[in-house]
Amino acid sequence: MITAAFEYARPGSVDEAQSLLTKYGADAKLIAGGQSLIPLMRLRLSQPTALIDIQGIPGLKEVRRDDGFVEIGALVRHVDIQRNATLRETLPLLVEMANDVGDSQVRNLGTIGGVIAHGDAAGDYNSLALMLDAEIVTNKRRHQARDFFRDIFTTALEHDEVVTAVRFPVSTGRFAYTKFRRRLYDWAIAGVAVQESGSSWRVGYVNLARTPRRGAAVERALAGGASAADAAAQSGSDIDPTGDVRATAEYKRHLAEVLTARTLQQATMAA
Amino acid sequence: MTQPVALTINGRRREDHVEPRLLLVHYLREVAGLTGTHIACDTSQCGACTVLIDGEAVKSCSVFAVQAAGREVTTIEGLAADGILHPVQQAFWNEHGLQCGFCTPGFIMAAAYLLKQNPSPTDDEIVRGLEGNLCRCTGYENIKKAVRSASEAMSGKADGVSGELVGSAAVPVEG
Repeated sequence: MITAAFEYARPGSVDEAQSLLTKYGADAKLIAGGQSLIPLMRLRLSQPTALIDIQGIPGLKEVRRDDGFVEIGALVRHVDIQRNATLRETLPLLVEMANDVGDSQVRNLGTIGGVIAHGDAAGDYNSLALMLDAEIVTNKRRHQARDFFRDIFTTALEHDEVVTAVRFPVSTGRFAYTKFRRRLYDWAIAGVAVQESGSSWRVGYVNLARTPRRGAAVERALAGGASAADAAAQSGSDIDPTGDVRATAEYKRHLAEVLTARTLQQATMAA
Repeated sequence: MTQPVALTINGRRREDHVEPRLLLVHYLREVAGLTGTHIACDTSQCGACTVLIDGEAVKSCSVFAVQAAGREVTTIEGLAADGILHPVQQAFWNEHGLQCGFCTPGFIMAAAYLLKQNPSPTDDEIVRGLEGNLCRCTGYENIKKAVRSASEAMSGKADGVSGELVGSAAVPVEG
């Protein structure tokens, strides 16, 4: 379908992007790679009156290691993450996720800032940001990931706020990600990510609630010495899936438990 | 309301006035007259509309033409050079990597991009590299064969049928 009409502007700086958001008002939207937004616009589920294209803004494409953190510019694309040597060293679970985002064509356009700002519970990186206590850096403030994802497709961003980077703690322990889907390029029907962090484990759930979720109960069980299977049995209290055309809620709950155990076992065997 | 968009398509610069909501695929087909880029699923799944922007494969149904301003777009029409089919085009011909042919331009663009990134892909890497393209006729086996054969031809290891890629047997293209 043809999208609704909109005005189009290409700011050269973050400040200019912010003033354009103010100028065009509440129905204006930022666009980076557009790989989530354009399909939604084509279904007319999204009808912004103006698109502010930030792809040309300099300084948002860097990956920088900064003490215990790695800071990833908002315009860093999935394909850039796949190829980045610093990220392979400091945040290999993100690279693993990037390898499985969409397909090659989508990964050549879609950006990490776009995933974060879109706030989709199926956006793999969002669950990683949540489980690792990442920070979302904008032109106005730094958000803690745990306070950022508010509801379905709803984040703490204000209308004139521009995501400029995501800061992850360097996470080099054992890890694994299971993205359960029927076809290679699909979103996860259910996704489970695990990352060893010091002597404990972090667990994240993708597309198993209205927002990304952290596996807090599973993490507590693991910290208490539970086996992977016993900890995975706690997953039910960490998620709140709804049924859809691909899977019932009951089936997703089953998947969450099975995949949690399997992903933990995979991570511990990978050592 | 239109606005100017200047870009390079297959090495030729052009400037047009377009509505911002015009998708790159519609711009290529209807404004630039390059109908080799096909529209099939129209929901960014099938990859029939794959083109290269600055050498990287994208789905042109999921990009607005205005986003491509200042960039270099390569379509299937721009792949052959000096009247000789690109090795990937020739390999799809030789290995019969198509039946109805509708998805073929997208597959060829995606395969050309894949081989530029990874000149000697394994079978699994070929499958992963073409995950964004759907074909409803071939069952993919001959497509994989074509990509393998193009890979061999491009690395100079070609023998037998694929050897025709370089040399006098290569098929000249018109235009």
